[in-house]
Amino acid sequence: MRIVCPFCGERELGEFSYLGDAKPVRPAADAGEEAVYEYVYLRDNVAGVMSENWYHGGGCRSWLKVTRNTLTHEISAVEAAAGAGARQVAK
Amino acid sequence: MTSQSHRLTSGGLIDRSTPLNFRFDGKTFSGFQGDTLASALVANGVKLVGRSFKYHRPRGILTAGSEEPNALVELRTGARREANTKATTAELYEGLEAASQNRWPSLRHDVMSVNQLFAPIFVAGFYYKTFMWPAKFWEMVYEPAIRRAAGLGRAAVAPDPDHYDKAWAHCDVVIAGSGPAGLAAALAAGRSGARVILCEEDFALGGRLLSDGGIIDGLPAADWIARTLAELGSMPDVRIMTRTTLFGVYDGGTYGAIERVNDHLPTPPEHQVRQRLWRIVAKRCVVAAGAIERPIVFAGNDTPGVMMASAMRTYVTRYAATPARRIALFTNNEDGWRTVETALAAGLQIAAVIDARPDVSPAHRSLASTNGFTVLHGSVSGVEGGKDGVRKISVSLTGGARAEVEADGLAVSGGRNPAVGLTSYHRGRPKWRNDIAAFVPDGAPPGMVAAGAANGDFGLGACLRDGFEAGAAAARDAGRIGNAGSTPVADDEAFSLTPLWHVTGKGKAFVDQQHDVTASDIELAQREGFESVEHLKRYTTLGMATDQGKTSNVAGLAIMAAVTGKSIPETGTTIYRPPYVPVAIGAFAGHHRDETFHSTRLTPSHHWAAEQGAIFVDTGLWKRAQWYPRAGEKDWLESVTREVKAVRSGVGFCDVSTLGKIDVHGPDAGVFLDRVYINTFSNLAVGKARYGLMLREDGLVYDDGTTSRLAEDHYFLTTTTAKAGLVIQHLEFCRQVLFPELDVQLTSVSDQWAQFSIAGPKTRDLLKEIVDPAEDLSNEGFPFMGAREVALRGGIKARLFRISFSGEMAFEISVPARYGEAMARNLMIAGKPFGVTPYGTEALGVMRVEKGHVAGPELSGTTTAADLGLGKMMSTKKDFIGRVMAGREALVAPDRQVVVGIKPVDKARRLRSGAHIIPKGQTPGPDNDQGYVTSVCFSPTLDQWIGLGLVERGRERIGEIVHAHDPLRGEDYDVELCNPVFYDPDGGRQRG
Repeated sequence: MRIVCPFCGERELGEFSYLGDAKPVRPAADAGEEAVYEYVYLRDNVAGVMSENWYHGGGCRSWLKVTRNTLTHEISAVEAAAGAGARQVAK
Repeated sequence: MTSQSHRLTSGGLIDRSTPLNFRFDGKTFSGFQGDTLASALVANGVKLVGRSFKYHRPRGILTAGSEEPNALVELRTGARREANTKATTAELYEGLEAASQNRWPSLRHDVMSVNQLFAPIFVAGFYYKTFMWPAKFWEMVYEPAIRRAAGLGRAAVAPDPDHYDKAWAHCDVVIAGSGPAGLAAALAAGRSGARVILCEEDFALGGRLLSDGGIIDGLPAADWIARTLAELGSMPDVRIMTRTTLFGVYDGGTYGAIERVNDHLPTPPEHQVRQRLWRIVAKRCVVAAGAIERPIVFAGNDTPGVMMASAMRTYVTRYAATPARRIALFTNNEDGWRTVETALAAGLQIAAVIDARPDVSPAHRSLASTNGFTVLHGSVSGVEGGKDGVRKISVSLTGGARAEVEADGLAVSGGRNPAVGLTSYHRGRPKWRNDIAAFVPDGAPPGMVAAGAANGDFGLGACLRDGFEAGAAAARDAGRIGNAGSTPVADDEAFSLTPLWHVTGKGKAFVDQQHDVTASDIELAQREGFESVEHLKRYTTLGMATDQGKTSNVAGLAIMAAVTGKSIPETGTTIYRPPYVPVAIGAFAGHHRDETFHSTRLTPSHHWAAEQGAIFVDTGLWKRAQWYPRAGEKDWLESVTREVKAVRSGVGFCDVSTLGKIDVHGPDAGVFLDRVYINTFSNLAVGKARYGLMLREDGLVYDDGTTSRLAEDHYFLTTTTAKAGLVIQHLEFCRQVLFPELDVQLTSVSDQWAQFSIAGPKTRDLLKEIVDPAEDLSNEGFPFMGAREVALRGGIKARLFRISFSGEMAFEISVPARYGEAMARNLMIAGKPFGVTPYGTEALGVMRVEKGHVAGPELSGTTTAADLGLGKMMSTKKDFIGRVMAGREALVAPDRQVVVGIKPVDKARRLRSGAHIIPKGQTPGPDNDQGYVTSVCFSPTLDQWIGLGLVERGRERIGEIVHAHDPLRGEDYDVELCNPVFYDPDGGRQRG
């Protein structure tokens, strides 16, 4: 598999590590235990298009939001996390 | 040495000026450069090459390629011995040694061939049926006996002395196969300006053209190949890789290929690898892998001397070797007849042609009458013969009569199966084409297309057109739009086929010859309910051998279809999976074996420590000095004890550079740290350090370390050695994904700083020799938990931290990594008057247990901050990672196992970690297991073994005598639960 890092360009899978579903949002400090429980433990088991958190540890150390089809492994979009910071390089 | 009795006097793509000697089963033969082991055996009249897997039936050579099920040998000897090597693809070299497999005491007199007499019990599923009772007999009796009786070659027992490499390649178009379609594709893509890689598994380029010839663009095939290779050779961006099989396709246009760089030599030349695993990234792929001629299943079809018709042509034309002198042909299609033409042209005799089709062309009839052989309409129903080959062939004629044909070789052609592996590896299912009675690709992974025979177009002209178009289109798709020029032209041969899969007859009729699966096994599987192809495969093991059923799968499906009354496409195929040919595990490992299995990290003072005779321990990728033995010390414990005493009474130092180090910069650095640590860092004064603890979001402890504030907007954070990589990943996640609004940056500086712990009452004396005299190191000028940059004598800047892991008066000093070794040497020189002693990780560990500090065994991923006795550190004034989940009922339960000190009641007793803690007077069992010993050491300070443990309600039970139960080592003894801080509990020494 190959992922087009917005900062580094197309790179091989071995440079990246996978975290999981990018959809859950960390609840606010006062959201309560139930909300945090859901955030920590409950995940959709998506068969199809899913947005995922990937870490480009072998490159720019950016966290990326990768839109991937779990059935075909087709990657339709890659964007940097909001706080990745670096300016995107021209491809 | 025997003469090459079955070698034609002329012709063939062999170099007769380079004769090669080789040995097969201890007997010496000769062949020529350009032979395979199989063709050389054929040239020497060797028909018996191996014994079969289950029944030990004599087997010969069936094919001339990588689809071979029978002619498997142990190639080479000793550590280089490789089992199950196909003789049909092994290139001959001087001195080659090969041995037949699965026979004892010899190939010709094989004791286990009595297995044939017991054939009724070796039917499909015999493992499941026969060896059911008694259960323990399976391990003790049945399995060892079966393993001796059945099987293939023997693996080498010594380590592989050769090297394997891994490499990447990038191109526009990768092409699998160099037959007419592959070469035409390369021409079109290359002329268009594409970067092309063409992989050919053979050592010679041309594919079927090497065996079947033909006229292309008015030239004989050999001349056309030469012209084409010359043109491709003139293109700088076209790379042709022979001895290279494209074996798999992976996501994102990545292809796996195995290059047999030096398998054709006795041993690889010095500094060269045996094989190289390629990962090829290509925008497009053209699969021109051809088609595999398929057998027809009939009784005795495994007799040596029965050979695929196209393979026979290959041996005669390409290798000038004659598998037989009087040949019969059994065919159901026009293509098979080419073997007759080839054989006649080589001066061989045709005994008869048995054609299963209703009609034979007038041209073939006149060929038969001119050359004096008969054409029989019907099927082969049996073969008489044995280990010396075919003698007589029984024929069932259309209409019911029988006939017999005397011949020493039988060529069989049942049609062709396109090589649909590569196109189907992403769970693609090929589709059935009635006109050729074969499966062809139905789509392919993105970017891939099949062309020529691999796509079911068997004619030479069609292959050239198809390949050329595919190559041009692939180049265009990759953005290369040069002029592809004109398409190579050739005529298309006729391919009229009447499907025929299985001829019923008396005797074993083999479908999968490598796994000894017969037609009756498939019928039995159906009767027993294993009708689905995936069940059929697993119940009978059809297609599960190293050839992956290349010559057997489709016939097996066809027979299943016939007995179930379904069509072949309804019956369907099993899932196709890579690799297309067996690939050595060594090639996947590449250089990652032995000492280069993983990379090795050396601490900045490593070479100095090695000079001191340090014993090193592997800690993840790191090599760390574990202790420094001195002359006369009898064991590690004596050395470690000396090191601890030296620190506690004087001064010692230890390289702690393996800790993860992260610079945290930015106006929001403090707020950021508040969110990732359970305790507060925003209120830490500049110039001070603080111990910090991180949780995972589920509330359990993640990592710990000290973090110092070097400036208002600059913190220096340390992690444990084990978690260094993970913590920065976690912190980057927090920074980039969870808290993007914070203005903070993280920089990993683990490798940039060499860090030493200097500990002991004389630490300050030693430091004064190292640090610029202007720096105030007094308790007032540099108090406990102080942290700041200092100048060293000579001007180098260092970071100095007054932190202690040992419980002694101690500092940690960081210098740029390139000064690490010099720092160790200088500490030795400057410390000489104070008796400075370098200490390793063992002494470090002893002192941390004495001091009751938690480390890896306690930060086990199951403990909470409170379990570690650090619950009070959890701030209630802010949110932080793990805060909410840490409050869950089970994580705050009063009966949790918490860190406590442990010491044996018998002071002379040795403690062992892992021992379970049981209430005194109770019989140990899972119900009263209250925890376990996590860390132990011999404490030189207390002169006894001590430990830390996780024990239920441990801190409320200080002073209680409990039982330590160690079933692993068979030990039982009483221990006392105690304060985990064994040494200097009020901390006066580290603050002094």
